[in-house]
Amino acid sequence: MGRAPCRVRTYHENVVSPQAPRVTDVTEATPVARTPASRARPSRQGPPGEPRRVAYLYILPAFVFFAGFMAWPLLHGFWLTFYEWNGLTLGTWVGLDNYHAVLTDPELREPFGHSLILVIFFSVIPIVLGLTLAGLMMRARLRGMPFFRTVLFLPQVIAMVVVAIAWGHIYEPDGPLNDLLRTLGLDDLTQVWLGDPSWALVSVGIVGTWVGTGLCLILFLAGLSKVPRELYESARLDGAGAVREFLNVGLPALRGELAVAATLTMIAALRTFDLVYVMTPGGGPSGSTSVPSYEVYKRAFIDGEVGTAVTVAIVLTAIILLVTIGINRFAERGDEVRL
Amino acid sequence: MIQRRSIIGPRRRSAMRATVAAFAVTALALAACAPGEDSDGGEEAAPSDIETNVADMGDITLTVWDQQVRGGQAESIEALNAAFEEEYPNVTIDRVSRSFEDLQRVLRLAIQDDEAPDVVQANNNRSQMGAFVEAGLLRSLDGYADVYGWKDRYPESILAHSSYSDDGAVFGEGNLYGLPQTGELIGVWYNKAKLQQLGIEPPQSLADFEAALQAAKDAGELPIQFGNKDPWPGIHTFGFIQNMFADREEIRAFGYGNPGGDWTDEANTQAADELQSWVDAGYFTSGFNGIDYDPSWQDFANGEGVFLISGSWLLADLRDAMGDNVGFMLPPVGETGELTVTGATGLPFAVPTEGDNADAAAAYIDFITSPEAMQTLTEAGELPVVETDQQQVSGTQAEVFEAWGTAGSEGALVPYLDWGTPDAYTVISTGVQAFMGGDESTEELLGTFEEDYSSFVSENSGG
Repeated sequence: MGRAPCRVRTYHENVVSPQAPRVTDVTEATPVARTPASRARPSRQGPPGEPRRVAYLYILPAFVFFAGFMAWPLLHGFWLTFYEWNGLTLGTWVGLDNYHAVLTDPELREPFGHSLILVIFFSVIPIVLGLTLAGLMMRARLRGMPFFRTVLFLPQVIAMVVVAIAWGHIYEPDGPLNDLLRTLGLDDLTQVWLGDPSWALVSVGIVGTWVGTGLCLILFLAGLSKVPRELYESARLDGAGAVREFLNVGLPALRGELAVAATLTMIAALRTFDLVYVMTPGGGPSGSTSVPSYEVYKRAFIDGEVGTAVTVAIVLTAIILLVTIGINRFAERGDEVRL
Repeated sequence: MIQRRSIIGPRRRSAMRATVAAFAVTALALAACAPGEDSDGGEEAAPSDIETNVADMGDITLTVWDQQVRGGQAESIEALNAAFEEEYPNVTIDRVSRSFEDLQRVLRLAIQDDEAPDVVQANNNRSQMGAFVEAGLLRSLDGYADVYGWKDRYPESILAHSSYSDDGAVFGEGNLYGLPQTGELIGVWYNKAKLQQLGIEPPQSLADFEAALQAAKDAGELPIQFGNKDPWPGIHTFGFIQNMFADREEIRAFGYGNPGGDWTDEANTQAADELQSWVDAGYFTSGFNGIDYDPSWQDFANGEGVFLISGSWLLADLRDAMGDNVGFMLPPVGETGELTVTGATGLPFAVPTEGDNADAAAAYIDFITSPEAMQTLTEAGELPVVETDQQQVSGTQAEVFEAWGTAGSEGALVPYLDWGTPDAYTVISTGVQAFMGGDESTEELLGTFEEDYSSFVSENSGG
């Protein structure tokens, strides 16, 4: 092989020998890399992509965006939580008083309680409904499945404000919902849905269920379609009924999709603002539909208590972060078990 | 947990530590400075420095933020803007109009901006105009008032509604910060045909009004059309009844946030109880807490409801929908024996400090409040704040003008209840909503009002 000596020669400058352990420490490799000849060729020491600092240039655009629109407002907001400020004149330092107020003042704790109830409507119920429907639809050989999938997913696509206005109209005392109840002879069941403190939050929750079920259904259908048919058949051979099939074969395969659905819907529930703001302005009857994000808005822009408002926002952020971490831990644990 | 070998070399780790440390130091340094700015009061233009000749000001774009979205209001402001641009071709008016609620919410941020609008309509209450004056964000219009002669045309009592002391502490006297175009008062709109059918005359006293309500109820009509989902109309309804029980001075104390009132006294308790009895008797639209304001007066215009307790600002829209079938009357005289009417002015036009063209802005304000402008307003179905006796009106509009004239001449006007304290708007609107929904007792309702009012008064005067 006439060419071999040349190759060996070139490699010789950069690599001790092909069998030698790869050098991973940059500092050891530098003396050799400094020779001009080897600089012209890509360095063979360490993984490709040297020098490392180039990586920062790649992430710079995204980082600038992130820093400007997410990191900076978050830090600025965190700084504001230590002040009592009306948004116009000079603020005054109050230390941890705002946090203390959020944790102890019932007026500030109530909205978080309402979010928890909304989590049930926005997240738990859609996931259960989504699982049930997905399990049923997988078994059925329906014609026009794409049509049904589209229609069921439609609520996710419509802007939340439009959803709120449409449902606000449906919930009117003389609106379609009450009309329907009257036509069915269920006059006693008619309510002032959005004006009654006992019903306003539930009404908002039902809209959330309507919006979230489609998303969960689509996610779970996609997840179930990845399960190989053989698994179902072997379960059937072992004597499993339809429900057992779903619980033992389908459900474990959906762990990833469950995590995604849970994360998206729970965050939607905790973050919800437009639905509440448009359907029940003013925080709802007797404040029964005020949620943390509405409190943030009201205190910052109407009441002029920016410090408290931002504290509520930071606490909400922390809660959402914990929830997301919790869900991901749950999903990861599933992976480890399977391995 | 899987052990991860750190991919960050020692040099990089120490660089990161240094950055974090730098961050922390900056954060601590920032802790020393507080957010917001100290104000040194709004700037005041001396009369001698004021330029009134708009034609000489060069090419300007005047940004005007108003809340004239309803029929007559929109018509009149557009006509006036067109006339202004015609007279001064060097000025272009950039008009941004929003509903009352929307404008309230965005104004706070907008006037702090370096590129604030030149003219804004700011609500006279303490949480808006009062707070802005305190922060030095509005220009004092005293100099302009002298030059343009506003003090000669507008009575003192009207100008008082837009006046605050330098620091925003005293409401009702001090520098002038805004000039209103229209007057407004809360009265009773009624469906003339229905009242005739019931065989009742427009009621003048509380007893007559209650009898009329009961008669309407008995005849299967809806006595009072009402929608309180976005709860501000409740403030007016409560005030309407309160005016029949509490005396004018006390209501003025509440409305201006001045000492001298007690929400828990006999008169106010009676007023709250009266409102509760009306709700219990079913005089209001069923499910009113689920109906918004606009749908409710639109329902009234479509013939649902005998009475509508709301403001004179609905004149143009109701007149368009109901023609001569709609009537307007002053609130009935109650237990106090004297007429008391909630009313003041439309939202005044103010000039933000951060706006660029102050002189042009003032000239514009003068233009839209001139005697000719008052005529334009009348023609569009509005109630001009001054010179009402010089206008040619008929029908329902004449009824509104007459009511305004009577209220003014008898000194019966009292301010809106939500003007008094920075939190009054939220406290009173949500309180009345809960109260009328049956969720709060009279004691609880008046208790929260008194707490908000008295804590503000003591802070403001003593502190």
